[in-house]
Formats: sequence, structure tokens, C-alpha cells
Amino acid sequence: MPYTAEKPTPRETPEQLRARIPGWGADLDPADRPSYPKEQFLPTGAHWDFPERQVEKWPRERSIEHAFVTPVFGTSTPPKGLSGVIRKYAYRRFSEARAAHWLLLIAADRVDTAESAVTALLRGKPDNPVTETGILAESSPVADRVGQQRADAGHHALDPVIVAAPWVIGGGLAFSAVRALVRRRRG
Amino acid sequence: MRAMVYRGPYRVRVEEKDVPPIEHPNDAIVRVTAAAICGSDLHLYHGLMPDTRVGMTFGHEFIGVVEEVGSSVQNLKRGDRVMVPFNIFCGSCYFCTRGLYANCHNVNPNATAVGGIYGYSHTAGGYDGGQAEFVRVPFADVGPTIIPDWMSDEDAVMLTDALPTGYFGAQLGEIAEGDTVVVFGAGPIGLYAAKSSWLMGAGRVIVIDHLEYRLEKARTFAHAETYNFTEYDDIVVHLKKITDHLGADVAIDAVGAEADGNLLQHVTATKLKLQGGSPIALNWAIDSVRKAGTISVMGAYGPMFSAVKFGDAMNKGLTLRMNQCHVKRQWPRLFEHIQAGYLNPSDIVTHRIPLEHIAEGYHLFSAKLDECIKPIIIPTAS
Repeated sequence: MPYTAEKPTPRETPEQLRARIPGWGADLDPADRPSYPKEQFLPTGAHWDFPERQVEKWPRERSIEHAFVTPVFGTSTPPKGLSGVIRKYAYRRFSEARAAHWLLLIAADRVDTAESAVTALLRGKPDNPVTETGILAESSPVADRVGQQRADAGHHALDPVIVAAPWVIGGGLAFSAVRALVRRRRG
Repeated sequence: MRAMVYRGPYRVRVEEKDVPPIEHPNDAIVRVTAAAICGSDLHLYHGLMPDTRVGMTFGHEFIGVVEEVGSSVQNLKRGDRVMVPFNIFCGSCYFCTRGLYANCHNVNPNATAVGGIYGYSHTAGGYDGGQAEFVRVPFADVGPTIIPDWMSDEDAVMLTDALPTGYFGAQLGEIAEGDTVVVFGAGPIGLYAAKSSWLMGAGRVIVIDHLEYRLEKARTFAHAETYNFTEYDDIVVHLKKITDHLGADVAIDAVGAEADGNLLQHVTATKLKLQGGSPIALNWAIDSVRKAGTISVMGAYGPMFSAVKFGDAMNKGLTLRMNQCHVKRQWPRLFEHIQAGYLNPSDIVTHRIPLEHIAEGYHLFSAKLDECIKPIIIPTAS
């Protein structure tokens, strides 16, 4: 009880635990734990002081908290379109310390999704919401949803609202903008 | 080559992509033989991690065979069967030379707060991942290790992230003999953290979750005492009651950004993206651990702010410890534990899914259908 000096009595002795659990106490000595001490030099296999620099195939966006583009970097998906403009601005203007940096990047992600859907359609490889959402797993033999616990059941009712809301609001704003433009031209 | 490609929140598909080229003299190209979907991949899949671009290939847990090496690679050759830690690291920067491989400063131009991670958005460096037939592996002399002959493929995949991270979570708890450890989350990381806590001498290991089948696994796989938080009005009060009102000595957050258990936190974080993550498990850890106790955070959160109860953490004099796991540093000891029979990593693998069905795999894992704990992806060319 914390109201007195005694620590609660352990339920099981070390002998009982050792008998019940394979390997109990094998790393009881902190020296056996791989991250002890926290910071120490271990041979890494590196045979350079500073790595040779990877060639930049486009001006690589970087955090302004870095002194320069790191010697090695990913080239997965270069920025493109309006989302690319937003991303490059977020990196150029705001540090990682600023919420604006992350909020702009998240906004760019949503723009990227819309842009990519349109581009895929124009290229003849349109998105297929049935196959891409994996919803077919609901009816496959390995995914019987009846009588099973689901992680997403608690907010099923709310999900359509949250998923649809940006599209409804965005559509409404676009409609209002077009209508205002048409009225201005007429008027 | 065939590769998983992100198409937007909750949507992925398999596309034909170019085989990645050597872009740096110390690169290797690896033909992937098995990959896994990680719980943290779901943060990307759900659109929670900033700068997750359409077209990216996810996957930071993979093994494979070396297909090609760059001109400066000395330690690997074509045909080597390798396991690749999820951290991309240079081995020579300030952090790497201090054993902090997850914090490498030479691999991620997009952020200084996080190192490089395969297939984990541009926030983690913009590298394509291993849920594909081939993957580029930078610093081939530093990261990958040849898989020992005695090790199975599935054990090796679990060693690229999940097992070392769970074990690291227990290490950061600085468990002393007889300590009571409470682990929030009975997913792969939580299961491994619970199991590892015993190796470090825990006297009692408690696991909290809301999915009964995962709690069952925590009981059988990790010998843990389990509680389903949905069965209690307030899980923190329950934890106090079962620990003589002292609280646990150590709490491990093995949930992270998409925790359930509080509708307001969950919706504002995971649905509306107004937080870097919903810190429900972290707040429960803060409240349920004893004063002057230790919290180890293994759950992944986004870079934005989250509504964490720091006032209580300060008033209680807690030690909060956290980091991405320095995977390669854990391997020698984990290899010993596997050979001794203390750890059986592949026991938690529940699904093996062909790459072509990865969309179903993501949905299955995301919705926790079919009692899914850990899905393995098998690329076509393997």
C-alpha cells in the first residue's frame, strides 16, 4: 500500500517465475541489455567519415533545420502539380517547429489524392474503390466479419460523415464560387 | 516489377513500377522474399502521417536476396540472403557513432526530428519500401545483415522491426527485478514487449487491450495477465485497484497514434487530423503508473502536437523514455534468445498474403478482421 512504507509483496517468487516463464530474468543484469549504456560506439561497417553524396535529380525539398540536403535521400515520389507547389512552400517557408509546416503537408496530401485520381482517370488507369479499399476482404473466406470483434466498429456511424464532409464542403464552395462568377458576369 | 502503391487514405493497389536503380555507391538492390505490414503502416494508410504521397510504396519490414550492389559495397554480394532493419542509417554521423541508429542525421533531408525509414512517407526521407518485388537499400555495408542459416524467413522478418521494437520498449522501461509492468496494446509490439519484460525480471506483466482475441494471445504467447478496457468504467482506476493503489512500476505504450478508448481523442486525431495522434494509451500510462515510475513509449505518433497530460507526468515525477528502435543494436542478443528458445517471433504471424492481394491485407489488418495479429506479404517474384 502506498499509504505505508512497504512495497506490495510480489505474487510469485523468482523461482516460481523462472519455472513458469522460459528465459525469465535472462536480462536481469542491465549489462546484458543491448542498449546499455545508452550511448556507446559500436562498429557499424561504415568506411567513410562523411558519405559520398547522392546525385540530386531535382532540387530536393528539405527541412530548413538541416544545413544542406543530406548525402543520401529517398527518391520515391518527386513533388508534382499543385500538391507539389504546396509541399515545396511548406518546406521552404516553415521549420518542423511550426504547425503550419505539417498542416500544409497534410493539406497537400489531400490535394495529391484528388489530383492523382483525375490523372489516373485521364491515363486510363482509374482508381477502383472496390479493389483498392480491400473491402473484398470482408467477404473472403479468411475474413468472416459476423460475430467477430472489429477495431473499427466503434466509429462506423461517424466514418461516412467524416469521409464525406470534405467533399461535400469542397463541392459546395466550388459551386458557390462558380455561381458567384456567373452572376458577376451576367450582372 | 510489381509493387504496392498508395492511392490515398484507405486505398492501395498493386502497380507495375520500374526496378529501383543504384543511386549511391553504397546502395544495394534487394529482391524481396517476404515483407510485413506494420501497425505503423496503418498510420500512413489512414492518411495520418504528413507528406505521404500518392504513388509511394510502403513497407519497412522485409527480407530478401541481394540482386545488385553499388561500387563501394564491401560487405554484401549478389545472392546473399539478408534481413534489413527498418532504420536507414549511415554509420558515421554523430548519432550513429553513439549507437543511435534510428536518429541518423545523414539520411533524411525532409526532417531533423526523425531518421530515415523505408516506405514511411517523405517525413521519414521519401524512400520506397519493401512491399514490392525489389527495393533500394542505402548503406548496404551498414544496415543489412546476412540471415543465419538456422533462422526461418518469418523469424527474420519479425526481427526487422516488431521484435526489436517490443524488446527495446521493455529495455527503456528499465525494469528491475519484481517490477509490475503494464503494457497498453496487445498488437505485435505489445506482445513482444510483454514477453521481453519477463526476460528483464518483471514480477508481474499486465496487458490492456479491447480485442479479446489479442488478449488471449497475450495470455498464451506472453504469459501475461490481461484486462479488456471496455469492460471497465475507468481502466486507470482498475489498474490502481489491482496494484494495491500504488500503480505499476513501469508502463509501456505499444499503441500510438490511433488509440481507441476515448471518442473525442480518436476522432480529433485519427479522423480530423487535428493532432499528431490520439494519446489515449499514453495518458492512461501516465495516470496508471506509480509516482516516480517509468513510461516507455513505443507507439508511433505523428510530428504534430498531441493532447498529452504532461502536468500529471511532471507532478508524478515520471521518467518518460522513448525512441524509434535501433534495430541492429538489438540483434545479437535477440539471436541468442531465439536460439535459447526464450523468444519465438513467428508465433504471432497470423496471415500470409500474396502481394497481389495487399489491398485486402491492409483492410484485414486495419479493421482487425479474421483475428489478424501480424500479416506477412509474399511478393510474386520471391
